[in-house]
Amino acid sequence: QKNGVSNGTLYKKTFIEHFEQAPMYVAVFTFVGFAVGTIFGYLRDFMRAWGLEKRNIAAEREQQKDFVPLYQDFENFYTRNLYMRIRDNWNRPICSVPGPQFDLMERVTDDYNWTFRFTGRTIKNVINMGSYNYLGFAETDVNALKTVTRELEKYGTGVCSTRQEMGTLDKHVELEKLVATFLGVEDAMVFGMGFATNSMNIPALVGKGCLILSDELNHTSLVLGARLSGATIRIFKHNNMQSLEKLLRDAIIYGQPRTHRAWRKIIILVEGIYSMEGSIVRLPEIVSLKNKYKAYLYLDEAHSIGAVGATGRGVVEYFGMSPDDVDVLMGTFTKSFGAAGGYIAGKKGLVDFLRTHSHSAVYATSMCPPVAEQIIRAMKCLMGLDGTTQGLQRVRQLEKNTRYFRRKLHEMGFIIYGNDDSPVVPLLLYMPGKIGAFARRMLEKNIGVVVVGFPATPITESRARFCVSAAHTREMLDKVLNALDELGDYLQLKYSRYSKSSHPELYEETRLELED
Amino acid sequence: MDVKSTKNFVFWLFCQFELITCSYLMEPWEKVLFYSFNISMVGMLFYTTYVCVAAHASTALQFLWNLLGNPHENAVSVVK
Repeated sequence: QKNGVSNGTLYKKTFIEHFEQAPMYVAVFTFVGFAVGTIFGYLRDFMRAWGLEKRNIAAEREQQKDFVPLYQDFENFYTRNLYMRIRDNWNRPICSVPGPQFDLMERVTDDYNWTFRFTGRTIKNVINMGSYNYLGFAETDVNALKTVTRELEKYGTGVCSTRQEMGTLDKHVELEKLVATFLGVEDAMVFGMGFATNSMNIPALVGKGCLILSDELNHTSLVLGARLSGATIRIFKHNNMQSLEKLLRDAIIYGQPRTHRAWRKIIILVEGIYSMEGSIVRLPEIVSLKNKYKAYLYLDEAHSIGAVGATGRGVVEYFGMSPDDVDVLMGTFTKSFGAAGGYIAGKKGLVDFLRTHSHSAVYATSMCPPVAEQIIRAMKCLMGLDGTTQGLQRVRQLEKNTRYFRRKLHEMGFIIYGNDDSPVVPLLLYMPGKIGAFARRMLEKNIGVVVVGFPATPITESRARFCVSAAHTREMLDKVLNALDELGDYLQLKYSRYSKSSHPELYEETRLELED
Repeated sequence: MDVKSTKNFVFWLFCQFELITCSYLMEPWEKVLFYSFNISMVGMLFYTTYVCVAAHASTALQFLWNLLGNPHENAVSVVK
């Protein structure tokens, strides 16, 4: 008699993701808002065309009027008439380190967001819910940055060369060995810029005659790299394994479009955590699919390295799989390590190939030494090689903060997308009028949030995206949650039909078990 | 104070209207245009209700009344 089949399912822990749909009246109101905005957009365009109003936006010169019009498409219309009205919520300049709290420069506008001017004052200690500072390594503590200052004094800041010429420093070699040890792979290569890692290395790996199967919601860097490579691109629905399997089967059965020969290579491009949805990739299923249909897997762990997993090693560890299952592991150092740059890791043959054939290695300047040292110290801290358990504490703190924040938001009745374990928390706002109101009122309460609308998200699903950090204390999170509660009632943002609790207690009752 | 909370509630409802129809984002002269358009539409609606619906409702009620067989009718003469 058995209690159950051991390793019977692909997933070792439960995989819970939420993508709740709002009630119908929300969609109706969203469309009403956009309709009114569009009508007034046409009215303002008419007034600008007939000279009744000053033209502030880019327009063609007189001599170009007989040519094909430049600014008539929907994107320009949207920018002119809808984006400009709430433009003060983006591109806000900050003037301190983007830690859990930061300082903003105060900015006012006299002519409805066409021009801004700085008053000279700074808004101090704004709680930062927008920076990708998952483990809190963006800090200015002198003790923590001792090695970084030492390397800065030893090497300076400029490298002045590419990797293949004279830009490979001993720091890069040390960093690459450390990254390979951290991830549990044979070798790794680091690049100076995370976006360029994707867009310059995918063309080196695939070319014409290859097939790229890319997720619907992949980041622009992956899309750009895929397009630059010249391979055929097919899109499968977001995190949908049936759609992916269907595409794989069609690819193998029918082959290339006209000649019906087999594809030279089939590569699947996915991300660890998708930054706009907060969802985690279904890695075990993808790996079993790739093994069955003999395809390759490219995993972009930009947001998940350091942020998920028991010891911060990303989605591969989160699902309990071995790094040998993934062919190309890619990640960035911008989010969890407080530095800049990206890496590609995998088998030694792959990394050696990229060292010679990648555009980034041949033409782009390599990473500068103080940044490399920051990554080295952050990684050593995470692995415990500096003799403390601070790294592990940060990972645990992030996990606790994420669970707490998500649970409280669910209880309050907001619609949150994504997996329960992902530190990226999108809160749905839906209506265009509420985007501006939400961001402005949160800033009045001294909390800085990032709101996203069209074209980064579908036009009806605008959202506010919170990035929980290990450096946030419980008081900061409580302050944010209180403000969200108040604002949610005032702006009527609590659309969720599943869990409603009036005024959940934000302070834990006394627990009778011992604190660990 | 009941008056104050009612006033706050009405103001809050107006804010919701502003948010839903994006008039929160408009410049003052656009708001004036939009609200005057809305108020005129609502006024026309009330006028139409007064003119048409009242007369229509009274004739419909009369029809129903007659159908239900009330003693107002000259049914006596018919029966005889």
